[in-house]
Amino acid sequence: MAEKKTIDARGTYCPGPLMELIAGMKMASVGDELEVLSTDEGSAKDIPEWINKVGHQVVSTSEANGTWHVVVRKMK
Amino acid sequence: MSSSKISIMVVTGSRERLQMAAMVASVGAVSGSEVTVFLSMNALPYFVKGHGAAAPAEGEFGRLMEKKNVPAFKELFQKAVELGDAKIYPCSMAMDVLAAKREDLEPYLGEPLGLTKFLSDASEGQIWSF
Repeated sequence: MAEKKTIDARGTYCPGPLMELIAGMKMASVGDELEVLSTDEGSAKDIPEWINKVGHQVVSTSEANGTWHVVVRKMK
Repeated sequence: MSSSKISIMVVTGSRERLQMAAMVASVGAVSGSEVTVFLSMNALPYFVKGHGAAAPAEGEFGRLMEKKNVPAFKELFQKAVELGDAKIYPCSMAMDVLAAKREDLEPYLGEPLGLTKFLSDASEGQIWSF
């Protein structure tokens, strides 16, 4: 059963949110969705770059009230 | 996933450069590159247990980083090892000068490495120095 997990990385800077996501990825199962919350716009751009590079999937990227929500799916 | 090689030589004691070196090491390592870090000169003392982890700022940006919640450079180097299998080696010459032993250093560092070995390992791929 796929799960959705939230990683709250608000307030930290690049590459903090990416590192927190990767630590979360290690614990997750294939098919799980992880949502990263970040106040750092650079990370919102860099996380999808990393996801594509290593072969996971970006589900969505959005911004609301200064917080970026990047939802990704673990593919392997 | 790429299988490129990144070799990083760190000799600085400044906050900005240590931060950038740690960023390259951690992001490179978690992106599938084989990362090797060689710590010498003013960089190595920060990895001696009990030594302060706050590096002096070189300029305005370093002072600004101090006030913001930027990930600590030592934490990023450790994540490079734990999440991306980076190898971080203390320079054997710098250890001799500091009179430091392997057990005096942070446990996530590898065995002391000589410059000859680092240079031969770094003969392929990208080389960065800070």
